[in-house]
Amino acid sequence: MADLSCNFAGIRSPNPFWLASAPPTDKAYNVNRAFEAGWGGVVWKTLGEDPHIVNVSSRYGAVQWNGQRIAGLNNIELITDRPLQVNLDEIRQVKRDWPERAMIVSLMVPCDEASWKRILPMVEDTGADAVELNFGCPHGMSERGMGSAVGQVPEYIEMVARWVKQHSRLPCIVKLTPNITDIRKPASAAFAGGADAVSLINTINSITSIDLDLMAPTPTVDGKGTHGGYCGPAVRPIALAMVAEISRNPPTHGKPISAIGGIGTWRDAAEFIALGAGSVQVCTAAMHYGFRIVDDMIAGLSNWMDSKGYARIDDFRGRAIGNVTDWQFLNLNYDIKARIDQGKCIQCGLCHIACEDTAHQAITKERDGVRHFEVIDSECVGCNLCMHVCPVDGCITMERVDHAAHADWTTHPNNPMRKVEA
Amino acid sequence: MPRQEKADIAAGRLSAAQLDENFADVSPPLDRQAALIAAQRCLYCFDAPCIKACPTGIDIPSFIRRITTDNLRGAALDILGANILGGTCSRVCPTEILCEGSCVRNHPDDAPVQIGALQRHATDWVFSGNVPLFERGKPSGQRVAVVGAGPAGLACAHALARAGHDVVVFDARAKAGGLNEYGIAKYKMLDFAAREIDWLLSIGGIEVRGGRALGQNLSLADLRRDFAAVFIGVGLAAVNVLGVEGEDLSGVRNAVDFIAELRQTPDLSRLPIGRRVVVIGGGNTAIDASVQSRKLGAERVLLAYRRGAAQMSATFAEREFAQTQGVTLVEWVQPRRILGSDGKVTGIEFEYTKLNADRRLVGTGERLIVPADFVLKAVGQALDAPDDALKIEKGRIVVNADHTTSLPGVWAGGDCIGSGVDLTVQAVEDGKRAARAIDRTLAAQPASRGQAHG
Repeated sequence: MADLSCNFAGIRSPNPFWLASAPPTDKAYNVNRAFEAGWGGVVWKTLGEDPHIVNVSSRYGAVQWNGQRIAGLNNIELITDRPLQVNLDEIRQVKRDWPERAMIVSLMVPCDEASWKRILPMVEDTGADAVELNFGCPHGMSERGMGSAVGQVPEYIEMVARWVKQHSRLPCIVKLTPNITDIRKPASAAFAGGADAVSLINTINSITSIDLDLMAPTPTVDGKGTHGGYCGPAVRPIALAMVAEISRNPPTHGKPISAIGGIGTWRDAAEFIALGAGSVQVCTAAMHYGFRIVDDMIAGLSNWMDSKGYARIDDFRGRAIGNVTDWQFLNLNYDIKARIDQGKCIQCGLCHIACEDTAHQAITKERDGVRHFEVIDSECVGCNLCMHVCPVDGCITMERVDHAAHADWTTHPNNPMRKVEA
Repeated sequence: MPRQEKADIAAGRLSAAQLDENFADVSPPLDRQAALIAAQRCLYCFDAPCIKACPTGIDIPSFIRRITTDNLRGAALDILGANILGGTCSRVCPTEILCEGSCVRNHPDDAPVQIGALQRHATDWVFSGNVPLFERGKPSGQRVAVVGAGPAGLACAHALARAGHDVVVFDARAKAGGLNEYGIAKYKMLDFAAREIDWLLSIGGIEVRGGRALGQNLSLADLRRDFAAVFIGVGLAAVNVLGVEGEDLSGVRNAVDFIAELRQTPDLSRLPIGRRVVVIGGGNTAIDASVQSRKLGAERVLLAYRRGAAQMSATFAEREFAQTQGVTLVEWVQPRRILGSDGKVTGIEFEYTKLNADRRLVGTGERLIVPADFVLKAVGQALDAPDDALKIEKGRIVVNADHTTSLPGVWAGGDCIGSGVDLTVQAVEDGKRAARAIDRTLAAQPASRGQAHG
């Protein structure tokens, strides 16, 4: 059985599965249940200054896709709506009851040094393991100069991170917003300010849908709606790209990253870890199915690691980073062709029509007047589209057919900027 | 509950509540959630095999996709635009040998999309709300006679009305609908046939005259004189006989009459049924008669067929359904004699059959005697020749590809021409095609005969 324990920027947890700062970690009741289920740590839902904020009724909107519930989830909930002291007391008690689990406290206070200086000792006093600075939420709090309003300005990130490190001995994780152009800038700023780690992605600014009867966005609050934060399975590819960018950027390469964004299974987690993440944070999947999902995340990751001969998380952490590269370095001589297994083909024709209408006219629809789908190698560019639309597992595969040596865009004759050998 | 003592043939074997349960909708409608789940299984195939398998060519992937987008009106138009009796067909089509049978999801580890149930979902709301989907075309000033208010005739009449012609539909029975109204098991149709016809006729321009039978109180010559065109969709009104001794004993009936009576009775508990029923035949009529006998309370129902189950014209699904309803199938037997006493049937003497070296069915000489107090004959229907002038071959009206008969100005379709398969859906397609041909013909000729009055 693989060892799943982690030491993430000095924060120890028995496994890399943490619950992200969100409704599931709002209070002791939920967190106790999460720890009973086996979660390695929690990031307590964001604390703010008193008087506490208030929330609206009607908070979540969901994207259903082809019968699947919650392909994406959007929320307009703000930070905790309970008094600061109530949260602090509960954090202290829970940490005392679960000393070996990671207790990270998410914070969001106004962007001035005094506010941070005031709240940090109170958090430290609870015995929590670390703080996470919420510079991410794109809704509500950003209108008040907090959340993503800070996260979108690298200089502010650096400044606040510096204050936090000055006024607290706790490890500091900066939670990044994806609602920016280049994720490398805020990540670098966080580390420049002395942060110990970054976590990402926070939610993506979104409107889930428009109710065509009410003519208003959902979730709808008395006839009106507002943009909220989007998360869940649909955002995972965006999170993967952003984590990869930070991991392979020289100034931040190797720095601790807690990955967030649509993680719901051990495989999702392993992918982020392969891109350098040291822990992963989960929210939507738990909100969809309850805390028990961690059971398979732990067992599945462990079984997979055993099958691959990885004894510890660090044995495969970051292994995929070196294979994330710029387009210009991809091998232009690499050539694959689609192969349709006629024994598995159920004759739906989706490969044909996708290729015929939208790709390369490389799949036949009949042979000798009979319905028959076959790849025309000379037209197939190996785009993978047919493989993706095919509803049968393993029916369409891609076969490598090239034998030439590597050659990429940097030296291609069509590239006006190509490198010419001296 | 202890068995109530009843005579060999008796009504009211079961309580009213039990009869209600037995004759309830055999496959209840899908609700929206179930329909969405079923619809989302459709792969939206390119050039989908299911469309080709439907005699009326309904664009099945399109209507199913429209269900998933809550575009039920669009879905209903897809269906009813191709098959005006799409509501009935969603209930009675043997989908397992048509659309669902060709669904690409019939993979060893998968199951076909529930096309029939989805078709019903997409159309039910149209009939329950009597929602108009089609409009009558600009009046052409021409009148067409349709003989037979079954699926072929109704489909033809509706298409002609859409094209602007005035249509008079004649039928030998009191009510319109043909087999939909009189010949299909009650648990498949309930009261649907009448609702569907009300909706179909609401387009206007179609007059239905019941109690008018060709060759009796209706003459083809008169129709040809009075109307610009005539469509014949009279089905197969005659019933084949067994031709064995004892066929006239009391307790021996035609299955089609039994089913019609069952469909028309206002009170199932007044319908007499035997204790021990034998149904002879291998088609859908035989299945419907045997299942309904069980549902009425017959203790034992035996379905006797002269060949093997695989050769029955009823589909595997129908046969299996009958068996789950407690019908016992006896294969390779043919009736030799119906036994009776005091004028009442007491049993049947069968002879076992086999295929000889020439693959012909022959008796083995071995006999089997089955006690019975109620015998239902379902050995096929035949054409009741409507007019001597019509060319008939192999017991069916001869038509060309356009559904024109040997008589100018007379078209025909449905079971009476025996094209393709003897199914409602084929009859609808025949009626639709004939209407197209009639409309083309009328458009090409001046409106002389059969002009609409006033």
